Amino acid sequence: MNLNDTDFELFAVPAVFAQDRAVLDARWKELQREAHPDRFAAQGGAAQRMAMQWSVRINEAYRRLRDPLKRAAYLCELRGAPIEAESNTAMPTEFLMQQMEWREALDDAASTADIERLQKDVDAARAAALQRCAALLDEAGDAAAAAREVRALMFIARFAEDVDARLEQLGQ
Amino acid sequence: MALLQISEPHQSPDPHQRRIAVGIDLGTTHSLVAAVRNGVAECLPDEQGQVLLPSVVRYLSQQGRAIGAAARDAQTQDPENSIASVKRFMGRGLADIAQPERLPYRFVTPEGQGGMLGIDTVAGVKSPVEVSAEILAALRQRAEDSFDSDIDGAVITVPAYFDDAQRQATKDAARLAGIELLRLINEPTAAAIAYGLDNGSEGVYAVYDLGGGTFDISILRLTRGVFEVIATGGDSALGGDDYDTALADWLLAQAGRDAVSSSEKAALRQAARACKEALTTADSVAFHLELATGPVQFDVTRADFETATAALTARTLAAVRRALRDAGLARDDIQGVVLVGGSTRMPQIRSAVHEFFGRAPLTNLDPDQVVALGAAIQANQLAGNTGDDGLLLLDVIPLSLGIETMGGLVERIVSRNETIPTAKAQDFTTYQDGQTALALHVVQGERDLVADCRSLARFELRGIPPMAAGAARIRVTFTVDADGLLSVSAREQGSGVEARIDVKPSYGLSDDDIACMLRDSFSTASQDMAARALVEARVDADRMLLATRSALAADGDLLTVESRAAVDRLMAALEASRGLDDAATIEAATQALAKGTEAFAAERMNRGIQRALAGRNVQSV
Repeated sequence: MNLNDTDFELFAVPAVFAQDRAVLDARWKELQREAHPDRFAAQGGAAQRMAMQWSVRINEAYRRLRDPLKRAAYLCELRGAPIEAESNTAMPTEFLMQQMEWREALDDAASTADIERLQKDVDAARAAALQRCAALLDEAGDAAAAAREVRALMFIARFAEDVDARLEQLGQ
Repeated sequence: MALLQISEPHQSPDPHQRRIAVGIDLGTTHSLVAAVRNGVAECLPDEQGQVLLPSVVRYLSQQGRAIGAAARDAQTQDPENSIASVKRFMGRGLADIAQPERLPYRFVTPEGQGGMLGIDTVAGVKSPVEVSAEILAALRQRAEDSFDSDIDGAVITVPAYFDDAQRQATKDAARLAGIELLRLINEPTAAAIAYGLDNGSEGVYAVYDLGGGTFDISILRLTRGVFEVIATGGDSALGGDDYDTALADWLLAQAGRDAVSSSEKAALRQAARACKEALTTADSVAFHLELATGPVQFDVTRADFETATAALTARTLAAVRRALRDAGLARDDIQGVVLVGGSTRMPQIRSAVHEFFGRAPLTNLDPDQVVALGAAIQANQLAGNTGDDGLLLLDVIPLSLGIETMGGLVERIVSRNETIPTAKAQDFTTYQDGQTALALHVVQGERDLVADCRSLARFELRGIPPMAAGAARIRVTFTVDADGLLSVSAREQGSGVEARIDVKPSYGLSDDDIACMLRDSFSTASQDMAARALVEARVDADRMLLATRSALAADGDLLTVESRAAVDRLMAALEASRGLDDAATIEAATQALAKGTEAFAAERMNRGIQRALAGRNVQSV
């Protein structure tokens, strides 16, 4: 066990996309029970700093493992297909077309109901992409193709945030 | 007589004596201190049997001051020097105070003390940190009298929605009051501990905490002793005081009068507060106050009060909605709602919360005491007085942290509601040849523009090795510790050179300010400082020696022969100096031993954690 172990090693789960959220939650709490700075509060500065390093590392791993998109990106990277979202922005034409349609629909949306309908479409597209990603990683073993799905998912996630923001605006 | 305890792996290395640790609720209106005695958390009363200490400090000429009820009662007579609700000024600048002209104080912005405001009193300019330290010192004294012993440490609670500057100011106040701070914990979390342990609850709970000056909402999940905060929100400038003001304004408007002088303003606030409190049980209260411009006379009904303050209650519910959204939960997912804070006694709050969640809130613990009780339970645990199966708090950062980038935009580094402790690294480079310094402006808040967020601090990184523009790769690490406090470190990746960092807090005190205030030594003026310092230095020395001996016994094999000899030399030096009557020499020798064993302590810790984690994994695979 080492601060440089992978998230999967640290959480003692197989390095695959499919994960049981309940297992991750339970393991996170078990690990924090051992390493949290509160457990070493009476033991001075050096112990506190060390506990903090471990505790920070465990939280980092948990955040990445529990979020399907981050987990997929991390797996791609571990398998030699880094996402490199900044330099790698080329996307298939039909995907870009759909993005543009969504943007227009969001701009034109007049009511909460319109936006909620759009939200449903976005959620469905996200679920489908995640499923393809899971199959590529856990069955086909094609990390490069999975990385392309991850890049698409990042676009979808950003758009979903904008949809949420619009909903919040209308809600108040 | 202290019982001998048997050391558990996670306990302090010197468990031969039970350590006295207290929980302190440093509130806007009043403050409390609590401790676990005979396994039960209880609030400690003063000599008159009161557990609530009014959070009011009155400065008198000639060095003297009154704290608590005497100061509260002097507010009308001496409003400028009787400082109430100082919590609202912690880590704040003058510009942050809404309508300062409505308050009776003479605000100033002291030179060279960051941007935090000061209050000019008959005893000189006082920082809110100093005023808070007076309250903390009074509570420390009360605890010491109760136990007839020094206290080893304290957990102090802060509103969950306090930002970094407000937390740091609270930590500074503890230092000024001579309190060893074990941890800052969030008030709603503390309340959840008191409730959770009391009711043996499991599931998702909402804690609605309306205090004198702050409002917090926290959503927590409780599972087998783990208190996991899922989301938190609130308003650090919304509380019972605002209900008083709203009622006072409403009454003035009804009567067509105006309050002019400081003492009239203070009298009006107090009368409005008394009226508010009476309306908790009465349906109608006869209000009467003589002002210079004429009388304010009115029969105030509960419905009047509710109307006058409806906007405030709505603000709290908006924050509740936002927290639920952040948690990704619906109202129905909440298994219980806990009311905390004296202001939740107002009937309109109880009914608003009941209606919002569709269930009656839990109120079986005293809303004034519950936070201090929870803090005491956590303090007892942090001091190492309980076994291994204690509770575990996993709290979050309430507001996002970011840095200023080109064009006054914020680049987010740590998102709100992220579990702490947490750290994020970001790489920067230089834009000029030979550049050796870099400035970073850290802000806190949810908005995209720097101008809309709260400035926390400016960090200057110095000592970057000179290179061509763009060649340096400076990794800056932002760390938020378990107290929710930010620290920044930086290293040039190519050369491995650690940058020096100067911090200029936007609304805080520097180490020099605090050292200076400590020298002025207001809180211990009546005691013999030198004698106290000597006793404290010896206690620290003994603690350090004991800890080192037990560490050597357990993990001495980690040390080489030379390192072991060095540690032995430092221990011998400390033992020799311990007999001297000079606190500074003893402290220096203790420091030297602490520094000399730091690497050893880190290695032990690493070994311990690895062993524990490995054990877990073997068990659970």
